[in-house]
Amino acid sequence: MKRIYVKEKWCLGCHLCEYECAYANSGIADMVKALKGKNICPRIKVEDGDGVHFAVNCRHCTDPICVKSCIAGALSREGDGMVSLDRDKCVGCYTCVMVCPYGAIMPAEDGKAAQKCMLCTDNQMNGEPNCVKHCPNGAIVFEDRG
Amino acid sequence: MNGTLFIYPDYEVVRDYDKCIACRVCERQCANEVHSYDPDLKKMFADNTKCVNCHRCVCLCPTHALKIVKSDNTYKINANWDNQTINEVYRQAGTGGVLLSSMGNPKPYPVYWDKMLVNASQVTNPSIDPLREPMETAVYLGKKNAGIERDENGRLKDTLPPQLKLSVPVMFSAMSYGSISYNAHESLARAAEELGIYYNTGEGGLHKDFYKYGKNTIVQVASGRFGVFKDYLETAAAIEIKMGQGAKPGIGGHLPGSKITDAVSTTRMIPKGVDAISPAPHHDIYSIEDLRQLVYSLKEATDYKKPVIVKIAAVHNCAAIASGIARSGADIIAVDGFRGGTGAAPTRIRDNVGIPIELALASIDTRLREEGIRDNVSIVAAGSIRSSTDLLKAIALGADACYIGTAALLSLGCHLCRSCHQGKCNWGIATQRPELVKRLNPEIGYRRLVRLVTAWKHELQEMMGGMGINSVEALRGNRLMLRGIGLTDRELSVLGIRHAGE
Repeated sequence: MKRIYVKEKWCLGCHLCEYECAYANSGIADMVKALKGKNICPRIKVEDGDGVHFAVNCRHCTDPICVKSCIAGALSREGDGMVSLDRDKCVGCYTCVMVCPYGAIMPAEDGKAAQKCMLCTDNQMNGEPNCVKHCPNGAIVFEDRG
Repeated sequence: MNGTLFIYPDYEVVRDYDKCIACRVCERQCANEVHSYDPDLKKMFADNTKCVNCHRCVCLCPTHALKIVKSDNTYKINANWDNQTINEVYRQAGTGGVLLSSMGNPKPYPVYWDKMLVNASQVTNPSIDPLREPMETAVYLGKKNAGIERDENGRLKDTLPPQLKLSVPVMFSAMSYGSISYNAHESLARAAEELGIYYNTGEGGLHKDFYKYGKNTIVQVASGRFGVFKDYLETAAAIEIKMGQGAKPGIGGHLPGSKITDAVSTTRMIPKGVDAISPAPHHDIYSIEDLRQLVYSLKEATDYKKPVIVKIAAVHNCAAIASGIARSGADIIAVDGFRGGTGAAPTRIRDNVGIPIELALASIDTRLREEGIRDNVSIVAAGSIRSSTDLLKAIALGADACYIGTAALLSLGCHLCRSCHQGKCNWGIATQRPELVKRLNPEIGYRRLVRLVTAWKHELQEMMGGMGINSVEALRGNRLMLRGIGLTDRELSVLGIRHAGE
């Protein structure tokens, strides 16, 4: 399946992807209206170290521990391999948040459920990941590596 | 009053606070530390005094909340003492130093490209549609004066000296590793390979990683002789002797020690952190005869398999100099006009020394034709070829091909802020700082270069077709295809063209 991969060598740590993610999932057509004055809660987060930057989001693991740990059956692995979260089933226990080794699942903004990267299939971007589209240095790619 | 006076910045950052979402991308992307975030006010601020107007923040701002405008701060209006002239006096009174600048001459000298118009076919000769009929853009650079010799069986012997084949009459100008980054060099090298053209190492040597692009590489031998050794010469497709540079004729180069990193030091074969000085002259060249010795030394070293280029700056008597070069054994002459770029040059020299490439090119081509030695050499024009029309007009004036430097850098993201000499290029081009160099991803950079040259090729074909010409060879030196507009008789005679309407 096509997954989002990050090339650490080219990640500049500009954090644009976080804002593009928050915008994509806001449900609001205008970016300013969506993000102005808000504390954003993106599904991709850039880790900054000493001269090293790396954007992290869901890896869509082949053997996802979050799916195994979900007590409500909200997390599942779809036919194409995407790890998907059903917000309506999520009870907000956050077990998945704690077990994800990448820190790629986090509480949603409203605090009532978890959220994770769904490869922009569940928002206004129609399956074209917005972080990939707007990365200024080609550091985030969407490709099938088998 | 102490040494320095406050000088109001030339440009101001204007932020539309209605649009700014305080994402701080501008702050993270500015190596000059212009932008800052105030957590108490939850607002972004900008320090205009640090801004070099490189537009990195403008381009990356996700809500397009930023723009940069010319400051309207002014001294009392004075047609003689304009603001910049006054500020330069203040700067020099404060520092006692030579003013430094980067990139090409920005002064409002006449641009002759814009005063020449191109012909097209009507009625009496057919124009050609390049989408339906062949339109050759390939050119060969090198000596064309092979004698006709036959072997004992009467068959023609191949006596043609080595040639460079270009799929489009465009090459990337000499820009050294050191003055530009590793990633910029990689972008140029990969683009040259894909396009079937050449890029030029400049005088900074050739990084070992780029030897694999050798067949698309022109290596330079300049007065500092940095990084010149056997493998360097043998790897290349051609060797260029740099006698001068359009942006700074008559003087050498100076790469500050801060740019001499480990890799630059190894490539240039000089100590790390020490300023790299290229002398003004080659210390072994004081005449055409001396030049001939170096040309033949380089040919001897590479078994006469590679064309040798001699690059000169366009200066007052360049036609006579070119005549000498054409007799020196060189295969190609590159002429760099006074609007050519640089990574650093003394401002006064960049802005006042040399002549426009259009006039130099025309006079050199005319002189070599008059002396019957035009076929001894190919001519490459450089020094601000900005578009496919500049390219076309240069060919019609007599060039075999053109070097593009500034246009190539623009396609890599350069916004002509002309601050290369400060080493903090926000676009990852004119810098050696690793965190800035990585901003230029060669995967993106080389594709943009390929697209630019491909676009120019299409336009060149379209315009040649309109003239009823189906190959660059047939356009070269075809000055009847050009007409001057608003030029004096003297200018027309130097350019060797007629006025529009004639």
